[in-house]
Amino acid sequence: MPLELADAIATPDGPEQEYLWTLNFGPQHPATHTTLRLILTLDGETIVKAVPDIGYLHSGFEKLGEHLDYNQYVTIVDRKNYISPVANEIAWFAAVEKLMDIQLTPRCQYIRVIFNELMRIHDHLLCCGAAALDLGGFTAFLYAFNQKEKIYDICERASGQRFHPSFLRVGGLLRDVDETWIDMVRAFVRDFPKAWNDIVRLLNRNRIFIERTKDIGVLSKEEATNLSCTGPIARASGVVRDLRKDEPYLAYKDFDFKVICAREGDCFARYLVRMDEMLESCKIIHQAIENLPSGPVNVDADSKVVMPNQLSVYRSIEGLIHHFELIMTNRQWHTPVDEVYAAIESPNGELGYYLIADGSGVAYRTRTRPPSFIHFATFPYMIVGHQVSDVVAVLGSLNIIAAELDR
Amino acid sequence: MTREEIVNKLRERFGADAFSTSEFRDNYRIILPVERVYSVLEYLKISCGFDLLAELGGADYLQYPNARDRYGVWYVLVNTTTGVRLIVKTFTNDPEPTVPSVYPLWKGADWMEREVYDMYGVVFDGHPDLRRILLPDEFTSFPMRKDYPMRGRGERHNFPIISRPES
Amino acid sequence: MAVEGLSESVMVTQLDKLANWVRKNSLWPMPFATACCGIELMATGASRHDIARFGAEAMRFTPRQCDLMIVAGRVAMKMLPVLQRIWLQMPEPKWCISMGACASSGGVFDTYAVVQGIDRFIPVDVYVPGCPPRPEQLLQSVIDLQDKIQRTGTIAGKEFQIPAQGHPPRSLAVDVPPTERMVAPGNYATATRLQSE
Ligand code: SF4
Repeated sequence: MPLELADAIATPDGPEQEYLWTLNFGPQHPATHTTLRLILTLDGETIVKAVPDIGYLHSGFEKLGEHLDYNQYVTIVDRKNYISPVANEIAWFAAVEKLMDIQLTPRCQYIRVIFNELMRIHDHLLCCGAAALDLGGFTAFLYAFNQKEKIYDICERASGQRFHPSFLRVGGLLRDVDETWIDMVRAFVRDFPKAWNDIVRLLNRNRIFIERTKDIGVLSKEEATNLSCTGPIARASGVVRDLRKDEPYLAYKDFDFKVICAREGDCFARYLVRMDEMLESCKIIHQAIENLPSGPVNVDADSKVVMPNQLSVYRSIEGLIHHFELIMTNRQWHTPVDEVYAAIESPNGELGYYLIADGSGVAYRTRTRPPSFIHFATFPYMIVGHQVSDVVAVLGSLNIIAAELDR
Repeated sequence: MTREEIVNKLRERFGADAFSTSEFRDNYRIILPVERVYSVLEYLKISCGFDLLAELGGADYLQYPNARDRYGVWYVLVNTTTGVRLIVKTFTNDPEPTVPSVYPLWKGADWMEREVYDMYGVVFDGHPDLRRILLPDEFTSFPMRKDYPMRGRGERHNFPIISRPES
Repeated sequence: MAVEGLSESVMVTQLDKLANWVRKNSLWPMPFATACCGIELMATGASRHDIARFGAEAMRFTPRQCDLMIVAGRVAMKMLPVLQRIWLQMPEPKWCISMGACASSGGVFDTYAVVQGIDRFIPVDVYVPGCPPRPEQLLQSVIDLQDKIQRTGTIAGKEFQIPAQGHPPRSLAVDVPPTERMVAPGNYATATRLQSE
């Protein structure tokens, strides 16, 4: 992309427009967190026009999905939204399992719910912490990271990797969780509200934080729907829509929680929605961990979609055959030749996969519906008329993850 | 309004053989020829209350079993009041794959259409600003097409090298 | 190394050594964080791991103030000219840590859009394996780099004049037959891409 900015923007000619000037923002800029680039047209300090330029992290995720089988692709899916990796896995397997018509076991559903909510807390912590950091509040960021590290530990305990767990498999999980993991989650649920309170006490009545976020980047309800917003951003604008309630997937029917909404649609409302959602997530985790059903985490091995356990591979001929069938690249899963769209409520909004299967073990096409991508498209609408320093506030409240944005 | 009512309404409005439908699991699809896409989507938005375009994507059916057309474009619509989901799907072909842009109906379609154009070269007629979005402007191929190799054609190696003494 | 006639509190050393000691203990990193590794880089800077213990906490986001570039995350085709330009903007002496599998080799992303290792296009001093590397690993790499600076540094920056020992990875650009080649190169000097030849 040439850095000749002038022709990237169609500034209307004419003498009355001549005082406008152009500012390049990014792609390597601390406040963009990752690799976003904005070309701003300014009138003094006021933004007249903003043109986002993305693709600085485009790495061909969707093309890779056409070359890796359903289980292998989980490692790539993880890296899409790296703030909430397991939520991505849940969305991917929601599509795969819908395609193959697999009913998960109750224990697996509960564990997935717990992970989904942990990821929601994780994502919102980073979003709120980093937003505070960008606006000058370093302490909130440190508090948030402290809690984040605890979630990392929980992921590490379950799967062995703290950052990209790759914990899910078709029809179940990599392995069952153990007692220590359950205790860790219990401890987290117990301690989290206190840490949450610390962050709230730092920010909610903080004059600087409020002045810099209130009435900044307002998105009305109609606009939010028209621009395809979902998740916390739409809810902060008053759209009452949460896939956990509207189209309950996994075991969300069993839990008691509220959908947090706000009316204002500005950065502060988005921050408040995120903060309150964390507590609701904490409530869900609490209910799930106390009622965790016993039983297997994988569906029955006879269904020929999950890997048989190691013992049966070594000790029985059926197990060996199952394993062989799933591993050999010319056998694997027998899927219907059809296409399916499945979506979940990820921390960032509706995260969907449109999966086209051609009957083999490798997807023919994996299309992600990336919430970050769609939310970043709203940015030009939000920022016009505000000051340059508000760019940071709005970006922070949108929670753009570059890897999901560019894929 | 349930799905059946919507489909009946569409049949009344556009004729019984204007489109075909298919169902798989809980996905309900309406398959349309490309000429009628815009009018049907407009009708769905205005008269049936589908105010959220949840997703817009495309695919290349070059090696797909029993496929007749090359490029497919789908629209996942949601009615936020009732929660009904509907998938509208259409096909287009080489040499000039063209689909009407739905930007006038849903502004959210802006970037999603640009992405489909970037990846497949499907032109969205009437889009105000159809440029490449993810790949650099000088890129000449459409990487998600099935005849483009996964490792590319050497674009990723084609940069000047800076060595220690010269930096 | 007490010299006769000097008191105990005076130490004699080489100027190079002194400069190295100063440089290595106040590395100013330029976090070139593009992807997931960037979050681990943030975690390294945050409360639990605290990179300040190694004198490298002064992250500056302008390349002109920095002497250590940490490339954290994959570098896509569109990003590489930016990376090269930032590298050229940093003043000597400067070092580079390539953090994570993606920056070092492309990692799992063996696709059309990802550069297969930044060391093909800019010099790299320390590679950190892992996807992502744990913060401890990154801290270790900072320690290793300090060690390297102490051993090889010169005050005039002479070590940068000699080409590095060992061969950098072979340029793959020639492997592509000319008929297949597409022109999308970046010119780092002007940060614009070249027009087709
Ligand atoms: S090495 Fe792994 S964690 Fe780091 S950028 Fe690459 S995929 Fe992300």
